[in-house]
Amino acid sequence: MNFSDMTALQLGQYLHQKEIAVGEVLDAVFEQIDKREEELHCYITLDREGVYRQAERIQSCILTGEIPSPLAGVPISVKDNLCTKGLRTTCGTAMLENFVPPYDASVVERLREAGMLIIGKTNMDEFAMGSTTETSYFGVTRNPTDPSHVPGGSSGGSAASVAAGEAFAALGTDTGGSVRQPAAYCGVYGFKPTYGTVSRYGLIAYASSLDQVGFFTKDAADSAALMQYTCIRDRKDATSVGLSDPGMLEKIWKAAISKERQNQGELFDESTANRMKGKRIGILKEIPGVNVAPAIQKAVREVGAIFEGMGAEVEEYEPTMWEYGLCAYYTIAPAEASSNLGRYDGVKYGLRKDREELHDMYLATRTAGFGEEVRRRILLGTFVLSRSYYDAYYQKAMKVRRLLTDELGRAFGRFDLLLGPVSQQTAPKLGVCLQDPVQMYLGDLFTTPANMAGMPAISIPCGCDEKGLPVGVQLMADRFRDKELLQTAYLCERKGISCRNTKQ
Amino acid sequence: MQEYETIIGLEVHIELSSATKIFCGCSASYGGRPNSHTCPVCLGMPGTLPVLNKAVVEKALAVCLALECKIQTECRFDRKNYFYPDNPQNYQITQRYLPIGEDGFLEIETPDGGKRIGITEIHMEEDAGKLVHMEGNRETLIDYNRAGVPLIEIVTQPDFREADEVISFLEKLRHVITYLGAGDCKLQEGSMRVDVNLSVHHAGELLGTRTEMKNLNSFRSVVAAIASERKRQMDLLDSGGEVILETRRWDDGCMNSFTMRSKEVAEDYRYFPEPDLPPLKITGQQIEQARNSLPEFREERRDRLIRQYGLSREDADLITDSRILAELFEKTVSFGVSPKQVSNWLIGETMRILREKEMDPGELAFSAEHFASLISLCAEKRITNAVAKNVYEKMCIRDFDPNRYVEKNGLEMMTDLTDLTETVKNMIARNPQSVADYRAGKDKVIGFLVGQTMKATGGKADPNLAAQLLRSLLSET
Repeated sequence: MNFSDMTALQLGQYLHQKEIAVGEVLDAVFEQIDKREEELHCYITLDREGVYRQAERIQSCILTGEIPSPLAGVPISVKDNLCTKGLRTTCGTAMLENFVPPYDASVVERLREAGMLIIGKTNMDEFAMGSTTETSYFGVTRNPTDPSHVPGGSSGGSAASVAAGEAFAALGTDTGGSVRQPAAYCGVYGFKPTYGTVSRYGLIAYASSLDQVGFFTKDAADSAALMQYTCIRDRKDATSVGLSDPGMLEKIWKAAISKERQNQGELFDESTANRMKGKRIGILKEIPGVNVAPAIQKAVREVGAIFEGMGAEVEEYEPTMWEYGLCAYYTIAPAEASSNLGRYDGVKYGLRKDREELHDMYLATRTAGFGEEVRRRILLGTFVLSRSYYDAYYQKAMKVRRLLTDELGRAFGRFDLLLGPVSQQTAPKLGVCLQDPVQMYLGDLFTTPANMAGMPAISIPCGCDEKGLPVGVQLMADRFRDKELLQTAYLCERKGISCRNTKQ
Repeated sequence: MQEYETIIGLEVHIELSSATKIFCGCSASYGGRPNSHTCPVCLGMPGTLPVLNKAVVEKALAVCLALECKIQTECRFDRKNYFYPDNPQNYQITQRYLPIGEDGFLEIETPDGGKRIGITEIHMEEDAGKLVHMEGNRETLIDYNRAGVPLIEIVTQPDFREADEVISFLEKLRHVITYLGAGDCKLQEGSMRVDVNLSVHHAGELLGTRTEMKNLNSFRSVVAAIASERKRQMDLLDSGGEVILETRRWDDGCMNSFTMRSKEVAEDYRYFPEPDLPPLKITGQQIEQARNSLPEFREERRDRLIRQYGLSREDADLITDSRILAELFEKTVSFGVSPKQVSNWLIGETMRILREKEMDPGELAFSAEHFASLISLCAEKRITNAVAKNVYEKMCIRDFDPNRYVEKNGLEMMTDLTDLTETVKNMIARNPQSVADYRAGKDKVIGFLVGQTMKATGGKADPNLAAQLLRSLLSET
């Protein structure tokens, strides 16, 4: 049986009906890892031993019929900024090269409860600061479609691991697009839920008010299932609110399972199509001076046309605050980061460069432990928070954030969903972005608004450009409309929009 | 030479009494093996998040209301960033921009009558850990037990002119906090910390530059530090010098202060709103509820005790120093014993035992009912004072019914005259020297002989009766 094309839910079905065993699946995944990992480098740490032990436990659950979730026994990879008890968690930095957390992130706990198998910790930009996975202390990850290109970032290792068949799904984190952009670059689904729905406890903070755990999957139904089993109001995270009525998520993935099992051929039926009737879709109008690659523009238009064909009302939406939003994002995120990263000082854990005097120890440790991009953002953040510049930068950025959120709020008065690009370009070549950080920051134009406003958004793979590199489009919804967003993404796929990673 | 005027303002940190820390579930109790009251959250481990302890907000709110503050109904926490190992995250969570309470006051008594001391603001924050500098080598160890213990900081207006005013404010504040049950306010243990801001200027002229004094561990050091700093600044100005804006550290040992850090190059704490904690909403209903459950405070209680029970001002002052003693007083009286007797016991025996055993009133074991029984036993002369004190000391540590205890251990006062006469005769026979002295006119010897008699009877003899018997027996022959 060829597992590699299966979604996580499909695999779960086969496992739970005992058509295959958990161990066999792991063998196949590790075979794929052995084949591709040396070139791609999706993982910082693999947990072969641990995962086979987990597999035994899950297999015996399956045999006794106590199946904790439809995802039980499915291998998943976890971004290395999510704490895993007893398993090294580096956050892509020299500072935490040997950090083994004594606790699980809450979302990791949820995965374990759902019986998922954590095969390893994926590569990422150092402290999630970057858009290419090239700032990692542990070396770059390559794009599975074309290894001379980056996988995107900061969750590049997670995206690549799913695209390359080295995992069936992955956890990532999205502060300014770090799930959606690498998903688009690698040709997989990347879903960033509403801020607060999935707990941040155990997520090593970059920018607390923007950070959100998200998922990489092979289809929308997998994202819905992962969301259902991880979103919860967590008492360890004061900003966590959970999601009311996760039952609708269940409908999405149950529909997917029944379709797959009953009629592999039929991908779409009329009753589900009706759901799009009368839905109002705002299609993002071109922003002057922002060049979006033709293949991406085309994909966005095509998806718009398909929605129209399904009876949705598609109208243009003109963003006015997004560019200012990007500037504000690159003020607020470094500001929070400069404070969040204060704790890495060599005193309690992580790297320490011993010196006679305390201040010298701080300097030596932080100079040795942080890479260039991280230092740049700490400097930026320290600057914008300093007393003389607080009003001019941080305070102003917070006002822009408010204005952007208001603008999006008004947009969602008119529209149910917004449709647009994830990024201006498809995956660039390795090394290109590092030369010009500001250019790299500009690449986050389309993804940062969802973080600034705490709204859910999903990156849907939509074919390839002329070079064969994956193209993604973004759907965005109002806060707590995660279910509608996933539902629509699911319908898109049923309609045949999705084109998963084409070149394996 | 022109007279100087002194302007003083205070910043008072108070540890709120709470079972757990402000942002995690660790014990907030004082002491403990180093780092035994810690968890990933209060150690600032990667990925951990603070969660606000609701009980802390309730206590802070009560203090704000007691000090007549306006309540910020949507307050917020902010981060104060600074690098120092006592703070595991290298930032302290505090309230910089929207503190829970603002613009209140506390009225103090001065020789010239009442005076209102303005409260600028009250905010909640977390305490830091403690650095332990090892002697002998250059190592410093850190104990994070105190990191995350809930604090409030009370900032006053510069309304004080004299050390006496400062002390009467601090005493009254301590009473407010302890009556609220919001904290124990012990300067020695650091659960109340006072920083004194002081400046001097010539009457009618512009205000002078202030300094901030830290490390004041007792009311006595507060008084001494104010006098010392006042004199230092005046001498400085008189000799043509200038006062520098700075933080000074008081040293109790040499009764002097030293520069800690100059404020000329002000530290930049890069305050910004704490993104890990949502804004804290305090509803009108919560405020009303808190206001309605404010206790009767010390002054009102003291005045009522004087009115209702006829206590003297001095006695009422002593008893109401602690809310627990004041409550014990009233409860005990409610069992039908005389207020005067209860107050005598509390001021005499109770306070002696608390002092000697270094106990808090809260640690007294006995119930008011048993306390009343004991006082009755004594008042009804069923036991002697000596026995009563003995039993009482035991009751302070373990609660029991004194009636049954006295009965079981046969501690009733000796009432049988023949028994006592026998004992007294023995005493006379065994102490010929004392007898001779008495006959030679030394009346004091009776006291000694009574003491011997009490000893011989295990304190059960009625000392008055014993003295009478002694006198009559000694004058017989």
